[in-house]
Amino acid sequence: MQKVYLDNTATTPLLPEVREAMMPYLEGVFGNPSSLHDWGDGAREALETARDRVARLIGADAEGIIFTGSGTEANNLAVKGLAMAQQKKGKHVVVSAIEHFSVLHSARTLEKWGFEVSEVPVDKHGTVDPEDVRKSLRKDTVLVSVMHANGEVGTIEPIGEIAKITRENNVVFHTDAVAAAGTVPVDIKELGVDALSLAGNQFYGPKGVGALWVRKGVRIMPIIDGGIQEGGRRAGTENVPAIAGLGKAAELAERDIAKRIKHLAPLRDRLLKELPGKIENVVVTGHPRNRLPGHASFCVEFIEGEAMLMLLNSKGVAVSSGSACTSRALKASHVLIAMGISHELAQGSILFTLGIDSTAKGIDYVLETMPPVVDRLRQMSPLYSKFTKASKGGK
Amino acid sequence: MPVYNEKVMDHFMNPRNVGEIDNADGVGEVGNPVCGDMMTFYIKVKDNHLEDVKYKTFGCGAAIAVSSMVSEMAKGKTLEEAKKITPKSVADELKGLPKQKFHCSNLGAQALGKAIEDYEGKQKTKGGKEQ
Repeated sequence: MQKVYLDNTATTPLLPEVREAMMPYLEGVFGNPSSLHDWGDGAREALETARDRVARLIGADAEGIIFTGSGTEANNLAVKGLAMAQQKKGKHVVVSAIEHFSVLHSARTLEKWGFEVSEVPVDKHGTVDPEDVRKSLRKDTVLVSVMHANGEVGTIEPIGEIAKITRENNVVFHTDAVAAAGTVPVDIKELGVDALSLAGNQFYGPKGVGALWVRKGVRIMPIIDGGIQEGGRRAGTENVPAIAGLGKAAELAERDIAKRIKHLAPLRDRLLKELPGKIENVVVTGHPRNRLPGHASFCVEFIEGEAMLMLLNSKGVAVSSGSACTSRALKASHVLIAMGISHELAQGSILFTLGIDSTAKGIDYVLETMPPVVDRLRQMSPLYSKFTKASKGGK
Repeated sequence: MPVYNEKVMDHFMNPRNVGEIDNADGVGEVGNPVCGDMMTFYIKVKDNHLEDVKYKTFGCGAAIAVSSMVSEMAKGKTLEEAKKITPKSVADELKGLPKQKFHCSNLGAQALGKAIEDYEGKQKTKGGKEQ
């Protein structure tokens, strides 16, 4: 059976070159980077090489890079750490409604710590209007956090425009670029942000490693206390092999990004264009053009995402869904709901996230496999039965 | 490790008794698309027995497997026996459901119960009219 992995938003596979770059630190070079002897030197060198590479990927200074245990940790550190460091100045934070839970739930924790949080809405494509960010700013606003690209609907946000507004108002601006960094060009100078999160497993690096870049001079309070690793901003012995892998993945992404986009975008466009042509009552979610190059997301009416996911899995195709049944919390995706999609339609959420291994043959297979899967579930669906009876009655 | 066991997967991949019954003796609908799952059960009753049980289901893998299992458990049973089908007995027959999915199995037994209630309600009104 053909195997087609289209869940690169969950994680990308590890590139062989990345694995090779990690191996020395799993074998001979086992030292603790904080140690002052030769063993420590080797590990420390690995950290600094990786720091340079990650910094180069986003056009930043290496000193601003803080390695973390994941994109989630980077977002926690950004939201809590940047807000807490400025609490004497004010206790108001602005986030968008479609942020990842690592940002949204961190903001909720800040509320428990006495902060006020404003959520800016998005339009039907999942795009934040920078003017809404401007309107939400107050005298006591200390932090704005809006994601660079949304991993669920693929929409890329107008980060540069928002940064102009935050700069004018002297407010710190963090962007969660976990879904974007390493996938599309991300440059902190062009964007004008003050802090940016990224994660290794989104661009063919290892899992369990991320990074937060913070502009020089912007204060941040650590959320993990301990030693003075990462300039005192993130305590704990560094995961040297994973960080070395992240560095290598960043270097490869920087080198190959244009080539990767050129490969992914036409495959994505085929899915976006041809799937709604093959199946009735399917809508594309997210921005029609301004979206991640490997991201094709839809809502299929009258059926539920998890059931689709499982049937596709039985045909060798890996996808994900934002349906309530797919989430452990049994709640429909907050992203789709914020975009004005009904709970009922959100149940039919399905996303195909392509990677560098994706092929035209794989996309052909998906386009061929999807219609019978959808039809099979619709034949079972009371909602579809009501719909067909109503449309017959209407005629 | 797969999320669902083999028995649940079998009922999901090969659901039994899917469909609607024209002129059903009883119909029971529970759930709504907002909460995630929705099931409609149809029954045909003969001599106090469930001669036929069919359903349509909108929902996740567990919801579909549960509907299939309920239809299989109920078919051929007397109304009294069928009423004894509970979310727990359905989950047991399926050899267990993931914890967070257990609510789905509540719906299957509940939808069947509603279909039986619907049938019994109709019988009473019929009986009332005849007297």
